[in-house]
Amino acid sequence: MKNLVKILIMSALWALPAVAQETPDVMDIVEKANHVSYYKGDDGRAKVNMRIIDAQGRERVRAFIILRKDEDTADGKDGKQKMYVYFNKPADVKKMVFMVVKNMDRDDDRWLYLPALDLVKRIAASDERTSFVGSHFFYEDVSGRGIDEDNHELLEQDETYYIVKSTPKDPKSVEFSYYKNWIHKSTFLPVKTEYYDGSDQKIRSYTALKVDMIAGHPTVTASRMENHESGGKTLMNYSAVKYDVGLPDEIFSERYLRKAPRKYLR
Amino acid sequence: MYKRLPIVFLLAFAPLAYAQDVELPQGLEGLGDFSIFEEEEDEGFPVDLSWSVESRIGFRLQNDVHEKDVSIGEVRLQFGLTKDFDSVSFNFVTDFVFDPVQDNHGIDLETGQGFIDIRETNIVFSPFEFMDAKIGRQVLTWGTGDLVFINDLFAKDYNSFFIGRDDEYLKAPSDAIKTAFFFGDTNVDIVYVPRFDADRFIDGTRISFFDRAGGRLGGDLSGRANPVIANRPDRWFRDDEQSVRVYQSFGAVEAALYYYNGYWKSPAGQNPLTGAAEFPRLQVFGASVRGPVAKGIGSMEFGVYKSADGAAVNPLVHNDEFRFLIGYEQEIGTELTGSVQYYLERRGGYDQYVASLPNGAIVDDKNRHLFTVRLTKMLMQQDLKLSMFNFYSPTDKDGYMRFNVSYKLRDNLKVEAGGNIFYGQEHHSFFGQFKDNTNIYTGLHYDF
Repeated sequence: MKNLVKILIMSALWALPAVAQETPDVMDIVEKANHVSYYKGDDGRAKVNMRIIDAQGRERVRAFIILRKDEDTADGKDGKQKMYVYFNKPADVKKMVFMVVKNMDRDDDRWLYLPALDLVKRIAASDERTSFVGSHFFYEDVSGRGIDEDNHELLEQDETYYIVKSTPKDPKSVEFSYYKNWIHKSTFLPVKTEYYDGSDQKIRSYTALKVDMIAGHPTVTASRMENHESGGKTLMNYSAVKYDVGLPDEIFSERYLRKAPRKYLR
Repeated sequence: MYKRLPIVFLLAFAPLAYAQDVELPQGLEGLGDFSIFEEEEDEGFPVDLSWSVESRIGFRLQNDVHEKDVSIGEVRLQFGLTKDFDSVSFNFVTDFVFDPVQDNHGIDLETGQGFIDIRETNIVFSPFEFMDAKIGRQVLTWGTGDLVFINDLFAKDYNSFFIGRDDEYLKAPSDAIKTAFFFGDTNVDIVYVPRFDADRFIDGTRISFFDRAGGRLGGDLSGRANPVIANRPDRWFRDDEQSVRVYQSFGAVEAALYYYNGYWKSPAGQNPLTGAAEFPRLQVFGASVRGPVAKGIGSMEFGVYKSADGAAVNPLVHNDEFRFLIGYEQEIGTELTGSVQYYLERRGGYDQYVASLPNGAIVDDKNRHLFTVRLTKMLMQQDLKLSMFNFYSPTDKDGYMRFNVSYKLRDNLKVEAGGNIFYGQEHHSFFGQFKDNTNIYTGLHYDF
């Protein structure tokens, strides 16, 4: 409850139409941006469609349902999350399930269920910055990048956006040397993210294409990730988005890897 | 600074936050009304159907006097149907196969012989909140090994595996009743197979092998001219199998106990009068753990195989065994995963076994050590996949390497090529006996 009040107060504050333009704490902005991007509601579900388009214009399609549930933390901060991804398309991955437990203190736990073999496979946590299901989005773009992995700096702000520059603490672990994030002031939604290499060349960029208000949560329902080096891009579309579905914890277990929870996938 | 403002003052602005529920805040509505997809909603269609077709052709790289030069040459049409009712799902998957390499075409749903091979016909339901049931023909898998099985005693198809069919065909279907119980932390799976389901074992029809009972004393290579005649236990509800798994997670570590009561899944005995291959009784007790280790996933599993009574002194029946496996998998580069396993097969009652052998017979080692390595690399937005899996046994001085390259031309069109390379110094060792079956293949898969 205390936290709710705090959040209300905070959002009220940020909703203030540019009262005295004080320089807010950049960690505060980043924390909120992370929250609205990955932690809306106590849980959520969405139908996701992807169009993966390479430089030659060839197209691949992915369709899956994502179920997400956040774990309560003692301090009310954003913490552990569980994700269940059920594939519908393409045909060769239909009915496959990918499950992730996102841990705060160590690598994520991942499982893959292959229905043709009835095999529950534990998969090694990979580099977070590799392609998610063959798209131009990385695992980290889908599940969120730890806010403590970068040093953040508020570059500038205008009427609508905070522009935050983030520099990795461990440059060797990532392919970029820094990124800039345009964070919408009143909602804290990152609307544009640009990744740069060492010579300030833009190598990759994310753009929110459509935002819908769903159950009180401003939600990006269409977005684009472009790789400027390869010329490829992926368009991602969220539909049938629901928050606070009341997903039981058991969904994220071997039982439901083998037997999809149809009720929540429809 | 703002944090110190009086709360009353701040609360006065709270309604502003709620106001956002009504319309999008400034700066976001301008993003446009972008729709990426013309939603083709196929929901509401009464059943979920799927069709795919694939053709494969492959050749032996050397002459094998016991088999055809063509190792695989088939067209396979797979049809799948799923129908979900309120509380019950029905699944049906079948393959229609045109396979001229096979000599016999009589339909046998147990061995997969003939033009039809039903892989699934089952219903799935939850009679209680804490219980799931799956009844009918189904594919079953458990355990931690990667292409090495200890406590997974569900039927395998080694012919498919060795000639380069898709990985999914390594598992042969079982006609079974699977019940799963979920008691919070501890879960129990019980699988009952009312009539023994054997492996689709190497019987000479597709793959030549070393027949220890064949030819002169000491055995000889054998193939399709003299396929194995096996005497399967086949009485309903009497020649049955029971498999149990009890499993629980401790944090990120998964632990399981296993029990199996049935028969050796591939021939492990011989009838002294008829010479027919037999499937002696078998009980297995085992356990496994799997969890994160360093930057990857580690696993360990063992099983104690209790063969039929008197196996130790009977040269015609496999002895008891102790099987142990330890494995580790990790991402070792960009889109590159590597894994290693060590596997031990130790023969029980070894001295008795040696003493029971007739003069001149092949004497197996007490311990069979096996190492496996897997490498998987993805390229081109994961459309191109390169994979390699190698088994090597220092004790048998033999091995088996599988490799495969697959490329998705489109989402529903995949072309692939691969090989199954057997090597070894002796004709009779586990992998060495298959040397003449070394083959390469290519295939095309299309999903409708």
